Amino acid sequence: MSYQDPFTIQSIINRAKRVAIVGLSPNELRASYFVGYYLRRHGYEVVPVNPREESILGVRSYPSLADVPEPVDVVDVFRAPDAVPEIAREAVAAGAGALWLQYGVISAEGAQIAVDGGLDVVMDRCMKVEHARYLGRMHWLGFNTGEITSSRSHG
Amino acid sequence: MSDERDWGFDTRQVHAGQRPDPYTGARAMPIFQTASYVFEDAESAAAYFNLQEYGNTYARIMNPTTAGFEERVASLEGGVGAVAFASGLAAQAGALFTLLQPGDHVVSQSALYGGTITQLKHLQRKLGYEVTFVDGDSIDEWRAAIRPETKVLYGETIGNPGGNVLDIEAVAAVAREVGAPLVIDNTFATPYLCRPGEFGADIVVHSATKFIGGHGTSIGGIVVDCGSFDFANGRFPILTDPSPAYHGLQFIETYGVYGYLMKLRAETVRDLGACLSPFNAFLFLQGLETLSLRMDRHVANAEAVADWLEGRPGVARVRYAALESSPYYELAARYLPRGAGSIFAVDLEGGRDHARAFVEKLRIWSHLANVGDAKSLVIHPASTTHRQLSDEELVGAGIEPGTVRLSVGLESVDDLIWDLERAL
Repeated sequence: MSYQDPFTIQSIINRAKRVAIVGLSPNELRASYFVGYYLRRHGYEVVPVNPREESILGVRSYPSLADVPEPVDVVDVFRAPDAVPEIAREAVAAGAGALWLQYGVISAEGAQIAVDGGLDVVMDRCMKVEHARYLGRMHWLGFNTGEITSSRSHG
Repeated sequence: MSDERDWGFDTRQVHAGQRPDPYTGARAMPIFQTASYVFEDAESAAAYFNLQEYGNTYARIMNPTTAGFEERVASLEGGVGAVAFASGLAAQAGALFTLLQPGDHVVSQSALYGGTITQLKHLQRKLGYEVTFVDGDSIDEWRAAIRPETKVLYGETIGNPGGNVLDIEAVAAVAREVGAPLVIDNTFATPYLCRPGEFGADIVVHSATKFIGGHGTSIGGIVVDCGSFDFANGRFPILTDPSPAYHGLQFIETYGVYGYLMKLRAETVRDLGACLSPFNAFLFLQGLETLSLRMDRHVANAEAVADWLEGRPGVARVRYAALESSPYYELAARYLPRGAGSIFAVDLEGGRDHARAFVEKLRIWSHLANVGDAKSLVIHPASTTHRQLSDEELVGAGIEPGTVRLSVGLESVDDLIWDLERAL
C-alpha cells in the first residue's frame, strides 16, 4: 500500500483545522518550518511538537503529542522513520484523524499502527505541496497538479 | 467530493495547465503580458521571495501563461513539473547548469543535433565540465565512458539527421548503475510518439519551436523532470547543499521531488535570464491542443514520402527509422509504436553539388533551418546546420556530403511527392 491516495489526501487537507507538526524546527530554513509557516498562512492552526523548544512560529511547543491538550486533526511527522511507530501509537491514543508522514519519513510499521487505530495515513508526501496542488497556487510554478476542470470557481 | 480520473492524452493536450480564469471567466488562456506582479502585502512578498509560498514575483522567473504551458508539457510527458526557457538550447543549458559543477563529467551520444554538440563543447571549455562522446548504439561504449565524476548521461530519442533511435531503457540502466540522471532530448518524437520517462529517462528537454508549437512561429524550450531520480543519493551536493543564494535553503530536503525544478527556476532561470515570452507560451499552448492530430498526419505523410523515395534512382539511402531497411527499425517499433516522427535524412547520389541543386529546384518544400513545422522543410546539413563541424565530426554525426534532411509537413502528400519528383 502506497498511502498516497488522492482522495485521502484531499479529504485530509479539506477537513483539517488543527495540525500537530512533530519535529517542527525553529530554524526557518528547514523544510518543517516551511511547511508550518505555509500551513498557518493558509488558515490551519499549527501545534508544534518539539521537546527542545518552548515556542516555534510564535506559539507554544509541546514535548510530545500526549502533552497537546486539544484534539488534533492531523499529526504531520518530520522525524526519522524509526521514531514513527511510537508517534503513531501516540496519534491513535490522542484520537487524531490522520497520520501524515513527510518526504522520506517511510515506516510501514508506523503506518499500519495508525491504520489499525482508525486513522487515515499519507506517507512520503508533503502536506504543503499537496495543499498547493489541490487548493493553492502550485500551478503558478509549472508543476503538474493533475488537475483538469472547466469550472470557473476551481482553484 | 472529487472524481479522480486518469485523463487521456488528447484531453490533457487541450486542458492540462489551463483552468478557466477565476477573475474574468476567460476560457482561452489569457496572455499575461506583464513584467511584474503587485504583492498583496509585505508578508506575502517576503514569503514569495523566500520561496515559502508559491507566488508571482517577476516574469523572468514565472508567468501564469508560461506556467500553463509548463504544466501542460509536464502532464503530457508524465513529469512532476517543467520549466520553460527562451529556446531549446537555453533549456538544455539550464538543465545541465543546474546539475553540474566544474570537474563534473557528461557522457553523451555523438549523433546529435549539431547545435547541441557545439553547446556541449562550449560548456566544456568555458564552465569546466568534461564531455565524452560515444556511439549511442553501443551500450558497451556508454558504460566504458563512465567515470567517478560522471553526473549526466545525455541522448536524443530520435537523432538528427541520422534517424538514430536510442535504446533508452538500456542507457537508463547504465545511468542507474552510476547514479546519474539520464537526460533525453525528446524534440523529434514529442510526448505523443514517445515518453522517455516511461523507459527510465529522468529529465526530458524539448525545443518547443518544433512540433510542440507546430507552426514555426516561436522559439522556445522546456525542461521536464520525470521525478524518478534521487538527487539525495550523495552525488549531487550542488542540489542538496545549502544554497548561498537563498540564505542556506536546501532545495532537495525542502522540496523533495520538486527540488530540482525549484532550483532550476529560482536560481538557473533567475541567473541566466533566458525566460520564455508569455506570448510564445500562448502560441505553444495553441500548438499543443492539436499535437496528437498533427503528429498522426506528420507521420502518415513522412511514411508515404519515405516509401516513395526508397529505391528511387538518384537516392542512395533513406534514413528513416520506420523503414524496414533502417538499422533502427526494431528500436523504433519498441519506442515509437505510433510512428518514427516526420524528420529524416536522404542521401542523394552525386554528392554536395547535386544535393544543393536538388534543394534549389523544390517549389513547396521550404529551404530553411528548422524542423517540425506544418509546412514541409528541407535543408542540406553539410552546408548549413552542421557546417561548424569538422569532417570527422560530420562522420560522427552520421552525415555525408549528399545528405539532405526533410521535415515532412501537413500538406497534401501527393503534392509533396510531385515536388520531390521534379527536383530529383
